[in-house]
Formats: sequence, C-alpha cells, structure tokens
Amino acid sequence: MTDSLPLATRVWFAWICFFRVLFDGEFAARAFRVRAPDGVEPEEPKPPEPQVDEAALVRAGALQLLGLLQREGRLVDFIQQDIATFDDEDVAAAARVVHDGCRRAIASHADIQPVRSEAEGGSITLEKVDADAIKLTGNVSGSAPYSGTLRHRGWRAADFTLPRAMEGHDPTILAPAEVEL
Amino acid sequence: MSEPRHAIGIDLGTTHTAMASVALDGDHRPEIFRVPQLVSAGQVATRPLLPSVVYFAHASEGKLGLPWDPDRTFAVGEHARARGVETPSRLISSAKSWLSHTGIDRRAGVLPLDAPEDVERISPVEASWRYLDHLAEAWQAERAAGSSNLTLAEQEVILTVPASFDAAARDLTVEAAYAAGVENLTLLEEPQAALYAWIEASGDDWRKHIDAGDVVLVIDIGGGTTDFSAIATLESEGSLELFRIAVGDHILLGGDNMDLALAHVVSAKLKAEGKQLDKWQQHSLTQACRTAKEALLGQPDLEHVPVAVAGRGSQLLGSAVRGELTRDEVEAVLVQGFFPEVEASAKPATRARTGLTHLGLPYAADPGITRHLAAFLTRQADAAKALQGRVKEGGWGALLCPTAVLFNGGVLKADLLKSRVLATLNHWLEAEGAPPARELPGVDLDLAVARGAAYYGLVRRGRGLRIRGGTAHAYYVGIESPMPAVPGLEPPITALCVAPFGMEEGTDAKLPLHQLGLVVGEPVRFRFFGSSVRRDDQAGTELEDWTPEELQELAPIEITLPSEGREDGDVVPIHLSASITPVGTLLLEAVPLQPLEPGERWKIELSVREGG
Repeated sequence: MTDSLPLATRVWFAWICFFRVLFDGEFAARAFRVRAPDGVEPEEPKPPEPQVDEAALVRAGALQLLGLLQREGRLVDFIQQDIATFDDEDVAAAARVVHDGCRRAIASHADIQPVRSEAEGGSITLEKVDADAIKLTGNVSGSAPYSGTLRHRGWRAADFTLPRAMEGHDPTILAPAEVEL
Repeated sequence: MSEPRHAIGIDLGTTHTAMASVALDGDHRPEIFRVPQLVSAGQVATRPLLPSVVYFAHASEGKLGLPWDPDRTFAVGEHARARGVETPSRLISSAKSWLSHTGIDRRAGVLPLDAPEDVERISPVEASWRYLDHLAEAWQAERAAGSSNLTLAEQEVILTVPASFDAAARDLTVEAAYAAGVENLTLLEEPQAALYAWIEASGDDWRKHIDAGDVVLVIDIGGGTTDFSAIATLESEGSLELFRIAVGDHILLGGDNMDLALAHVVSAKLKAEGKQLDKWQQHSLTQACRTAKEALLGQPDLEHVPVAVAGRGSQLLGSAVRGELTRDEVEAVLVQGFFPEVEASAKPATRARTGLTHLGLPYAADPGITRHLAAFLTRQADAAKALQGRVKEGGWGALLCPTAVLFNGGVLKADLLKSRVLATLNHWLEAEGAPPARELPGVDLDLAVARGAAYYGLVRRGRGLRIRGGTAHAYYVGIESPMPAVPGLEPPITALCVAPFGMEEGTDAKLPLHQLGLVVGEPVRFRFFGSSVRRDDQAGTELEDWTPEELQELAPIEITLPSEGREDGDVVPIHLSASITPVGTLLLEAVPLQPLEPGERWKIELSVREGG
C-alpha cells in the first residue's frame, strides 16, 4: 500500500462515507467488511452487473447529497472557508444559515429518529444488543442483559430518499458559478 | 369512456397546488398525491405541494427535463420558484389571481408581465392549464403507467375554486381543465371543500360538534387569498342538511403578505445598522422570517429568534448577516397589523383609483383581515334571516352571527392568530347579544381542500352529506333604457336579473320573456353585473338603481349571432336563458323568439375584456 490520498480528498471522502454509511445499509455493510482486521481478506466482490455501474451510482448519490446540502444550507461554502480568522459572531451567523438550510434539506428527504428514545444520562437495561444499533463502551464484559448509562441516543434514518437525478447533468458540479447579467 | 376508478380532488391554489385521490370502490379515505417535480436543476423529487409557478428557461440553461419529458424547456413547481427568485422576469406566479382580474383579457398572452423577448407570453388560462397538465402527467407517470383507463382524463376530477370566483373566472378555470385533458369535471368552492375535509376527518364524530341550527363560518387564509363562507346546518324531515348561505368577496391578501411584512421589519432594522440587503437576500430573509415566525408563534416562551441571511458569494463567513425577529414585532406586525381588534362596524380601507394605474393585480388595500371579516358579516347580515327559526342565531341585527368557526389555510396553523380571530369575532357576537362561536377542531390546514374535494367524489355518490346552496351570486345584464341622447350623459341602464341567487347545478332559470333585439353578424356587448347579497331577485326582475355594494360590475358579456339563414344587419328578437351546467358554471344563452330550426340558441361569451 504505497498510494495515499491527500488530506483534502480524505476529508471529503470521509464526509461522503459518513452519510452513505448512515443512510445506505448495503454500502455500510460493504464498508464494514473492508474495514475488517488485517489478515482477513475482504470478501471477493461479486462481478459487477453489466448494466448498472454501482460505484458510479454510489458516487452520484453522494455528490447529489453534497449538492443538496450546499444548495439548501451552503454547507460546501462553510466547509471550504477557513474558519480560524473569524470571530464567534461571524461563525454564529454562518452556522445559523447552515443549520437552518441543512435541517430543512434533511427533513424533506429523510425521517431521522433516535435509536433509543430514553433520556440521555439515564440508566437503561438491554436484553440483547444489535451491533449496528447499539455500541457498548467502557467496562465491556459479561453477557446480556446489560445495564448502563445511555450516553448517546443514536440516530436512525427511518426513511431516506434522494431526488431522482435526470440524465445530462454533471453530478460533480455541486454548485454552479453564478454570473449576474 | 369507462367508469372512473378514482375521485381526484385538485386544490389549484394561488401559491400552491395540491391533489388528493380516493378510490371509488370499497371503503377508502382520500390520500394526498405526492407530486413529482423538478426541485433543482436535474433533480426530480415528490412533494405534497406543487408551487403554482411556471418558469421559462433561457437557451443557456439546458433542459428542464422530467422523467416523462426529458426535453422540456419550462418548469412548474419548486425549482421554477427558486429560479424565479434569481430571474423574476421569466416566472409566472399568482396566475389564479390574474384569472379573476376583470381588467385584462384573460385568454391573451400577458404573463410574465415583464418577460424578455425570447419568452413567449401565455395567458392566465394557459398558466393554470400548465399546472393542471403537470398534475395529469405526473399522475400518468406514477399511477397510470401502462394502463389507459387510469389516466386523469378517465377519473372524476373535482377542481376547487374560491367561493368568491365569479361566473367568468369559473368558466376560465374549466377551460384550463379541459385543455389539460380532464373530461369528467366538477367545480367545488374551496371553503366547502374544507368543511367536507373536516367532516371526512371527523368520521362519525362530526355530529357531536355541530347540530341543527349551527351556522359555520369558514375562514380560509391561503398564501395569496382570503376567502369567507357561511354554511348553515338545518334540520329537514328529521335529517341534517348543510346549506351554504353566504360567500365573501375575493380578497387578494394572504400568508405571503405577512411574511413579506415581517421581512420588511427585519431588513429595516438591518439597514439602520448599515447592512443593506439585495433582492436575492431579501427573499432569503423572507424565508428565514417565515421560519422565525412559526417558532415565535409556536413557542410562547420565546422572546426573540435570530434570523441569518447568507451573502451570495462562496465566502459564507463574514458575509452572513444576522438580525433578529422579536415577539413584540410579530405581535405588532401580524397580530395588530393583519388581525387588528376592530368593531363589527369596521370597513376595510379602499384605495382611491387613480387615472393612470400600473397594470397589476388588485391587491387588497387594507391588510386588516378582521376588518374584511367584519365587512363580510355585516354585508351578509340578511343571509340567515330567511332561515329564521331554523338556525340558532342571536340578535338578527346588523351582523350574520356564526355559531362555529372552521379555520383553513397555512397561516392559521398559529394558535395565536386563530384565537385572535375567534376573540375578535366573539366580541362582536357579544355586542349583538349572540352566543360565542366555537372553533371546530382542526384538520390539516394545507391539504384539507384537496382532500375534501376528493371526498366530495364520494359524497356525489351518496356516501356523505352534501352541502347545498347553489350559486352564491345573482347575475344581471345591463339594458339601456330608450331615451333621447343627452351629450355628456350616459344613457341610464337597468339591470335585468338573468340568474337568481342560489341556482343549483343542472337547473334553468325561468326567465319571463324579456325581448332584446340583436344585430345579426355583429358582436353585441352587454354590461354584466353580479351580486352576492340580493337573494330575492327572481329571473326577470329589473333594477333601476342600486348601490355599488349591492351590484358589482363584471367583465362585459358578448353575443354574436351567426348569419346563417339570416341577413347581416337584421335585428333578431331574442330572450336570454340562464342555466347552471352540471360542471357548476353559469351558461347564458340567447334564444330567438322565432327560431329557424327547433332548439336554436347561441352561447353568450362571459369573459370579455373590459373596454377592449
């Protein structure tokens, strides 16, 4: 393994992977297999079906989501700017724009629900643990039922649909340059 | 044509359009049809509402393709609206308000008003047709693919119109629907649809909330218009009957005005701090104010909500402008400005007409919705008098006294505004010695009209209680009295009632023979009037004078007698006949006294351009 990606690309890719893992169960499963410990070979990928270039679809979907969050919530503008030179007041004003827009964008495409409905900080008892939905931390040992404190309630995308992309548009354009005549 | 499988309700709104459907077989409830539409360049998603706007792309823009038409160069819906903010001259909005504008030829290509040369202007009728056509195509793509008897054209379509729409605006709406391929069509008044939706949503419980003698006031405040109707519950031979007894005037005033007013307050504050917003930012601010308003109205403990607007460039930090909207401002602008506490005798201010008016929509001059409501209840004070003894009303005085209120329209999601309206109304009722009106528990205020319209398809099949009431206007033709010409003096006219108040669908007005002479081969115009208050005039009644409150002049009507079988220039004696078509429109016809063939009659054109 000699080739390594530059930091900027890795940040960008991590961002995309975050959403894909969150919203796309199949992708998450594949990523999960790839991150398997050294020595365990990842499963042989199935020969790709001739009609559908799945990697391209995944990529197009991720780009679409980035484009959506930029359009509605100026997320790319926010991430691409160097935040260090601005004071908190400027950051707060920008954060409100980003929060308001991204929240609206996510709300109109996804139904995001907490994994656990109990209050954070309270103690809960788990009869069994679904490894995707529950992560045990701290003094992890023994067997179910587990008693512990709920630190983070988790999030689940109960529903998620991206708009249908029409052909003939370049998906890598996250936001077009604007020229006022 | 095969039997329709669904009833489809379409709420063709000034700012948004919604559609609901219900299967006619079995026991189903109306469902909202999520409308696929372009939501940004090249992205199609479904939404419960379709913004009622058309945007015409410039050649530089590429295609605005949809799954069913990849080569389209115009768009309807969310993306159209967003593009219209950036390029307003290529956008048509509020087509419905233009449809009821008597000052223009509503079939002529006038929109967009400031369109650049490469944009083909279209008529208000065609714009409405494009929204309906989008729905028909979307339905076809999503629900009827591969099956010819499921197309929208094959279904029973119920299209809602404001109760205040006059006969010509209804005609034009029907014309747009026919152009979109709808064949099986019925019109329904929006406030009635809202009440149907409430009845449908309440199931069997609705009789617990209203009983015989109640007068339900429907207050519908949409994005662009406000509409009032009163519907009485009567007992007839042991069963309940719903009767629409009064409708209000067409008021171009709605939620969009409120958001604009709030944005104006915030931008004035920003300007005082030296922060000037451009047009695009002003629009973002309006959107941000809408969110802030909803937060302030929804959470009584919030005192102020920050609103932030981004600059247009890619440098977000440093360019975003932050302001705030306070509870006091919302209180002052919305509550005091749009819902002032006024007396029942209050009248909305009217704007004096100036000689040179810019071509535009006749927006309400007075933003006080409660003043418009007071004026409606005062004008319609007589509406329930004919039903005295059958409705439980108060003083029988200067006011129509409702006993219950049904709210509709997105604005009224805010409890604060609802309770303000109700409190003001109850203050008037108390002064009249009438018991207070109560609020009917709500339905989904954005989608109720579409749902109620679809439900009406079941009602028409006898599966629910029907609201009766017929036409909400009486119609009059202006007839010049024969008298010697006096220079500078218009010959006096009398108004001949051709269609009385309360005509039901599928009925004719029995018009005593009132002879008019028409010249063959030449279009002959008549002045045309409507009244929402003269309930007792029969067809044939002639009025010699009237007040402007009683009779409103509408766009003139026109008859052209074809010259077949007659000599050009001949004068043919005719009489007028009025009927309400099964669709729900007014049909005026000229019937010759000496027909050349049995059943000879000519349709009279309703919406002719004023003075044109």
